Amino acid sequence: MSEKSHIDQVSGVETTGHEWDGIRELNNPLPRWWLWIFYATIVYSIGYMIWFPAIPLLNGNTPGLSGETNRGKLQAELAAVAQEREAITAQISASSLEEIRDNPELQRFAAASGSSLFKVNCSQCHGSGAQGGPGYPNLNDDDWIWGGSLEAIHQTIAHGVRFEEDDDTRFGEMPAFGRDELLERDEMTQTAEFVLKLSGQSHDPAAAEAGQVLFEENCAACHGEAGGGDVEAGAPALNDTLWLYGGAKDQILAQLNQPKHGVMPAWQQRLGEVAVKELAIYVHSLGGGQ
Amino acid sequence: MSDPQSAAELAAQRPKKTTGIPAGPPYEVPLYAPREKIYARRVRGFYRSLKWWIMGLTLGIYYLTPWLRWDRGSYAPDQAVLVDLVNRRFFFFTIEIWPQEFFFVAGMLVMAGVGLFLVTSVAGRAWCGYTCPQTVWVDLFLSIERFVEGDRNARIKLDKAPNSAAKITKKVIKHSIFLMISVATGGAWVFYFADAPQLAADIFTGQAAWAAYGTIAVLTGTTYGLGALMREQVCTYMCPWPRIQAAMLDDKSLIVTYNDWRGEPRGKHRKRAEPGTLGDCIDCNACVAVCPQGIDIRDGLQLECITCALCIDACNGIMDKLDKPRGLISYATQESYNANMELAGARQIEDRGDSHGWDMSGINPLQVLDDKGGQNPALAHTTLRSFFRLRTLIYMAVYGAIGLGLLGALATRDRLDLNVNHDRNPLFVTLSDGSIRNGYEVKVANMLASPRRFTIRADGLQGAELYAPLLSGSQEPSWAQSLSVEVPADETLTFHMFLRLDGQAAAAAPERFNFVLQDAGSDEHMLEAAKFERPTP
Repeated sequence: MSEKSHIDQVSGVETTGHEWDGIRELNNPLPRWWLWIFYATIVYSIGYMIWFPAIPLLNGNTPGLSGETNRGKLQAELAAVAQEREAITAQISASSLEEIRDNPELQRFAAASGSSLFKVNCSQCHGSGAQGGPGYPNLNDDDWIWGGSLEAIHQTIAHGVRFEEDDDTRFGEMPAFGRDELLERDEMTQTAEFVLKLSGQSHDPAAAEAGQVLFEENCAACHGEAGGGDVEAGAPALNDTLWLYGGAKDQILAQLNQPKHGVMPAWQQRLGEVAVKELAIYVHSLGGGQ
Repeated sequence: MSDPQSAAELAAQRPKKTTGIPAGPPYEVPLYAPREKIYARRVRGFYRSLKWWIMGLTLGIYYLTPWLRWDRGSYAPDQAVLVDLVNRRFFFFTIEIWPQEFFFVAGMLVMAGVGLFLVTSVAGRAWCGYTCPQTVWVDLFLSIERFVEGDRNARIKLDKAPNSAAKITKKVIKHSIFLMISVATGGAWVFYFADAPQLAADIFTGQAAWAAYGTIAVLTGTTYGLGALMREQVCTYMCPWPRIQAAMLDDKSLIVTYNDWRGEPRGKHRKRAEPGTLGDCIDCNACVAVCPQGIDIRDGLQLECITCALCIDACNGIMDKLDKPRGLISYATQESYNANMELAGARQIEDRGDSHGWDMSGINPLQVLDDKGGQNPALAHTTLRSFFRLRTLIYMAVYGAIGLGLLGALATRDRLDLNVNHDRNPLFVTLSDGSIRNGYEVKVANMLASPRRFTIRADGLQGAELYAPLLSGSQEPSWAQSLSVEVPADETLTFHMFLRLDGQAAAAAPERFNFVLQDAGSDEHMLEAAKFERPTP
């Protein structure tokens, strides 16, 4: 290698002086603009590490001068949303259920808000369309165990059903006629035949006639003589086509023998007053509200 | 040499046109060719006047349209042409287009495309030469440049001169005007998207939306960058149309043509030449000097040529001075050009490298003249007949068919719309009395600029009753055979609606039926197919 720099003849570019088997490497340095941008990113990264949380430590990380965290950002965003809704939420809080229902703007807001609350808190049992299932009431229809008025729905949501932690909870229990040997086996069958008759299903007329007496003695106090039910006691109507635990004879018998008693939690403590109002408005708007 | 020369000798003396690429191994080829600035000279003539008129017309349409007022009553904006992005409406004089009617705009774009094909196949790149915004604005900027800095020679001199106060003053004035026009161009655009007087006031008081300022800034940048600075490079390097024109042009398309058969052999030293050995072209370069694209039209049709026809004006001016017939450069078809070339004695050859397909050595200007020095009667002329051929007729038919189709659709379109979506969950609800209830999400659109009342009923479901909680307010559920709904002007009303059938009717009911939306004030109505769901027996 000579001391003088070597110029490649073809390209006119200086070479690095390295040579392998006669092949030389051109000395094409990085473009200036690229290099300066690179330096700029280094400077920027120093500022970044000072300003933002950046360096992991054994226990957490450096907070950075800005003190910014994703969790903090989320809190700020949630607070902003809450603030945005503050006015209308306050209005809902101050209004009665009827006032909310009669104000289209409040009604729409409450129903939309209730719909999303329902999806999060209620759909696990009642289904995403509030269509219910065996043991879980369908909230779309007009058959209400504890009442379908706005007030009644609100009361049920706020304090739950057979939820022992809440003193105001809805409470009603049907005796276990079979398990506690209140009725004989054939008496239970006769009662079931009468319930079939009440709801307009095919039944054994002779057994049903016998069952009518038993029904009046044992069941009518809560379910009513005509089987219309009683929302105060939470006794379902037996004279319609809708059943919580099924309307076939064996299902009626099973309920007579050892009734199931579903439990619904009280939501007022968990979700707060406004949310329960919104849920009541939503459930009432599903089509069965009275 | 003082002897008269033969045409062939003169032709041989002309420097050969080269590709500009030096010979040698590939590494010597520069991949980058710097722009050569173009100093287009002022020209007068028919096409120049036509371009002034078209420039005035197109710029006038662009700048003034948003300011036209149009009374649409109290429920709609009174701007004649308005793209209302916020409310998703497009207003065009009496026509109002909703988003779902966007196919009208799509159809008009298709028509514009076919129209471009039609114009190009008939008259070459007439769009590029006269009406393309790039051409119009470059023309505007060029005329301002000429006004501030002087004509071609003055501008060349100015650019070569060292910096001086006078030079810098001129440049600053020129670019200031350029920027003002650019701002006005960007500013005019945003007025199409909002109430123009209101927006203008907002812009000047600093209260307009950031989108307005951003749009103005971007369009100022593009107008200044593309129109004032890049100019012909946009046409040559950026625009796809010059590439497409090759597929659009054919032998019968009008293109700006230098008529070699009449002009060649060209020569300046006419007094020294033997009469009859030189063509009409005196090689004065007027056609080159006026070209805003910086090309020599005498090299034949080129990608860069936007057919602005300014070279025709320039050449006609020269021909007038020489007392020769106009039209050495003219609009002509390839077909008539080829015929005349053959007549003049040129031979068509394969090589297109530097001769645009003709061997000119045999050309003789006498052959295009008759005995008395007039034009040879055998000369081919471009006539109107060449416009009507299968290709243009097909374009016209497609253009007309789409146009008529759109007009028909416009005349018969509905001004109401009904959209019904069945609830997906639950599909149906059994009520305590055994009747079946279905729920639907309903959208009723009133596409007129006045409030209207509609009725909705279920057609084909015997005994069906409807109830929409939102419409009946807080009242007890009010089931009825039909619902009445009032929709505000130019709005879509969305609400939830229940349909109820008693148990027996539900079991017998057809699965499919129609909802009927009926305008209470006229017999305008619309059907919407819907489904009735019930428990499987």
